[in-house]
Amino acid sequence: MKFAPWITLAAMSVGGAALAQDSNALNVEGEGLVTEAAAPSHMENVDTIYSGWRFRSSETQALQTDDFENPAMIFVDKGVDLWTKVDGTEGKSCSSCHENVEDFAGLRAQLPRVEDGKLVTMEDLINRSRVEHMGAEPWKWSGGEMTAMTSLISLQSRGMLVDVAIDGDAAPFWEKGKELYYTRVGQLDMSCSNCHEDNYGTMIRADHLSQGQINGFPTYRLKNAKINSIHGRFKGCMKNIRATPFKEGGEEFKALELYLASRGQGLSVESPSVRN
Amino acid sequence: MASGVKPRVKVPKKVAAGDTITIKTLISHKMESGQRKDGDGNVIPRSIINRFTADFNGENVIDVTLEPAISTNPYFEFDAVVPESGDFKFTWYDDDGDVYEETKSITVS
Repeated sequence: MKFAPWITLAAMSVGGAALAQDSNALNVEGEGLVTEAAAPSHMENVDTIYSGWRFRSSETQALQTDDFENPAMIFVDKGVDLWTKVDGTEGKSCSSCHENVEDFAGLRAQLPRVEDGKLVTMEDLINRSRVEHMGAEPWKWSGGEMTAMTSLISLQSRGMLVDVAIDGDAAPFWEKGKELYYTRVGQLDMSCSNCHEDNYGTMIRADHLSQGQINGFPTYRLKNAKINSIHGRFKGCMKNIRATPFKEGGEEFKALELYLASRGQGLSVESPSVRN
Repeated sequence: MASGVKPRVKVPKKVAAGDTITIKTLISHKMESGQRKDGDGNVIPRSIINRFTADFNGENVIDVTLEPAISTNPYFEFDAVVPESGDFKFTWYDDDGDVYEETKSITVS
């Protein structure tokens, strides 16, 4: 196939102009959130980090500013119902041990974290409570109950700055996550960085590439009208580059989650956010 | 009763006489279109909210017919000029015969 050179040139100039993140300020229910910050020192190739909110269309952005219009809040309500629902052999609900869900303020901002030499995410903590304390079946990683509960718990941290520990015990996991981030995989032979570091702000077909920040997760996506987990999103990304996705809840995705969280240090937790 | 159905409404509590107010309503509902098939090839029966109405002090304000193409968790937003203090009554009608109601009071000063 022969391309006329001017077509390619024209396409490139359009692609490069006026498509970067916008300069809108995010106010959720009157509270201002940080969607732009200086990149943490460990990021070598990026100066400024931006929340994915800044890359979305103004209609999508507006949905997140009002809790009534944010469709994720329907799922938060489901989480509230599940919070007091007794399940398992011990006859307990979440609220039997944890009096107020508000006590979990700050948790989202600090996860994943290392406990007893293992990297744990919010899903791990919830399922540990269900199995060990409630005698209940663990929830599926990206299932409806789990995402409703992670939305409810994450909401308590909204507005707090992402602040995960990457030194000490966490260092080897963080290194592993970083390696995964920069490793090319799949038929398209791409790494996370090819899109989200080298090309954020440009269009990949109809999609506006963000920096791949996870400060808004769990997130409501308009494309599937439900709450999406972090690992579920990773899986989608890997399928797009025609790679075989790692397992949700597996060591690879957890390490990647830690590394990505660390790339968003200084951004506000937006959970539950609204994306396309 | 379809599971997980919960109506919610946002109406300002107090307004000045003659003001135009915005009313937002949303009902969580799966809105199964009746066009889809399950894993065995059987049609999943239609189950949608087919009608939504809002009344103010017994007088109808809007009356909406919903069709199967409307997506999950239908959301309605409309403006109203409220002449006097009173109650807004919102009603959603489900295909299975259920009726969900929500009432909000408003004070006009």
